[in-house]
Amino acid sequence: MFRPSATGLTRRERYEAQQRRRALIVASASTAGVVAALVVLVPLAPGWDKVRNSFFNAEVFAKSFPKLLEAFWVNVMIFAWCAPAIAVLGLLIALARDVKSPALFPLRIFGAAFTDIFRGVPVILTVYLIGFGIPGLGLPRPWNSPYIWGSLALILTYSAYVAEIFRAGIDSVHHSQRAAALSLGLSERQVMRDVVLPQAVRNVVPSQMNMLIALQKDVSLLSFIGPVEIFRQAGVFKSLLANFTPYVGAALIFLVVTIPATRYADHLMARQMRDRR
Amino acid sequence: MEKLVLEGVVKRFGNKAVCDGIDLVVKAGQMVCLIGASGAGKSTLLRCVNLLEPIEDGAIYLDGEDISVPGLNPQNVRARIGMVFQSYNLFPHMTALDNAMLAPRRVHGRTRGELVPEVSELFERFGLSEHMAQYPDQLSGGQQQRVAIVRALAMRPEVMLFDEITSALDPQLVGEVLDVLVTLKHQGMTMVLATHEMGFAAEAADKVCFLHNGRVLEEGTPQDMFGAPKKPETRAFLARALK
Ligand SMILES: Nc1ncnc2c1ncn2[C@@H]1O[C@H](COP(=O)(O)OP(=O)(O)OP(=O)(O)O)[C@@H](O)[C@H]1O
Ligand SMILES: [Mg+2]
Repeated sequence: MFRPSATGLTRRERYEAQQRRRALIVASASTAGVVAALVVLVPLAPGWDKVRNSFFNAEVFAKSFPKLLEAFWVNVMIFAWCAPAIAVLGLLIALARDVKSPALFPLRIFGAAFTDIFRGVPVILTVYLIGFGIPGLGLPRPWNSPYIWGSLALILTYSAYVAEIFRAGIDSVHHSQRAAALSLGLSERQVMRDVVLPQAVRNVVPSQMNMLIALQKDVSLLSFIGPVEIFRQAGVFKSLLANFTPYVGAALIFLVVTIPATRYADHLMARQMRDRR
Repeated sequence: MEKLVLEGVVKRFGNKAVCDGIDLVVKAGQMVCLIGASGAGKSTLLRCVNLLEPIEDGAIYLDGEDISVPGLNPQNVRARIGMVFQSYNLFPHMTALDNAMLAPRRVHGRTRGELVPEVSELFERFGLSEHMAQYPDQLSGGQQQRVAIVRALAMRPEVMLFDEITSALDPQLVGEVLDVLVTLKHQGMTMVLATHEMGFAAEAADKVCFLHNGRVLEEGTPQDMFGAPKKPETRAFLARALK
């Protein structure tokens, strides 16, 4: 027979609370099991002592970490000037690919060629070709700086991807929005600027966040042409101390930045999915 | 006075003629209702009048001026003809007030300052004052559709086109939107409606046109059209629609 509960909870609430307790117990037990297995089993591996010493050496870590943090500042700077340039160039390329006027047809071709080329070549190759090639022309200082040309390589490559994302965003705005705006007498340009683009940009914020996270990591590729950023700095320590721990330190510094950023991007994405329903 | 005149308008999609020689005269201050089966071409016809679709043949005159000349800049014409859609199509990233002020600002180059009093007055007239600062997703369907009407009116159009503006609404919200149309009619607005609301057409229209196979098969006063339709196709359609 059904009896209302004394605790004031409905039957379903009591059932769900019980299910939640059970799920929590099972999840904790299985996680504890896996962690225990790792802690017990990994040190049993024949090479563990050597690995621990060369990758997780506390002394080396303490010695190298402040310098690594300092070098990471270089990554941050390069990122900070590349990101806005990429946003602007990416948007311009996206718009160039959709121009209708026949006089601007060359712009269309240029936009298409640009995205095809820079999406088609591995980033590291672009960094090499531009980063070594252009200073090789014998430009005077400061115009031969690898910071400039390495950054340009990143900007060009990332703009190509970012442009494609903007284009997808523009396509995602329903055509009835365009019709409504045109029916009011707005010009094509005004429709794009005032109605389509604001919605398009908002729709692609999560995807563009992911591009920023990828860019933050790819800044390290510039180390191959000169700039002493964090990866290069870790390499210097590795040679100096004959130990890989600085690389682990560098990875940790990256994770501190990228994990919150990734979580945030996922959160935005999830919220957008919810809003769309 | 003849405000809007269509002569032999032809519109094709591929080789399907959706409008196959449409003749229509709308006098100033008249409310004309287009009725017809789904797919008869009512929406297409309205889109052609607003130059959202180029026409293949025939001509459209606004105040005696041919607005269907190929190559004519459509912006000036669209600024004079308001259009409201079935799906409201408010801009979701702007408040109701900004929705209504965007086109007058951009097209007529007017400032927010001079528009706010004037546009607020429109909101007030249609009982929307307290919703001016809200975004479309905070409004009910009926409120959104009334804002869409205000947005079109803010351009001070000479003619208004309405494409089944109550079809997406819950039945209890239809009335508030139809009331707006009655108000506009009293103010002397020239209007063309595509509608499935036969009761409203019978009550409020000055003229009812039955579209069939891309033509105006029969037209007349609501009394004639609903009381004594002449063509068998019209009778068959009305029998189904009024069931
Ligand atoms: N852009 C388009 N491309 C191809 N065919 C189209 C296009 N727009 C409309 N049509 C076709 O034209 C015909 C008329 O469509 P329209 O939307 O004008 O009809 P309607 O009378 O408004 O119908 P409803 O009462 O369902 O709104 C339909 O057969 C439709 O499939
Ligand atoms: Mg329709």
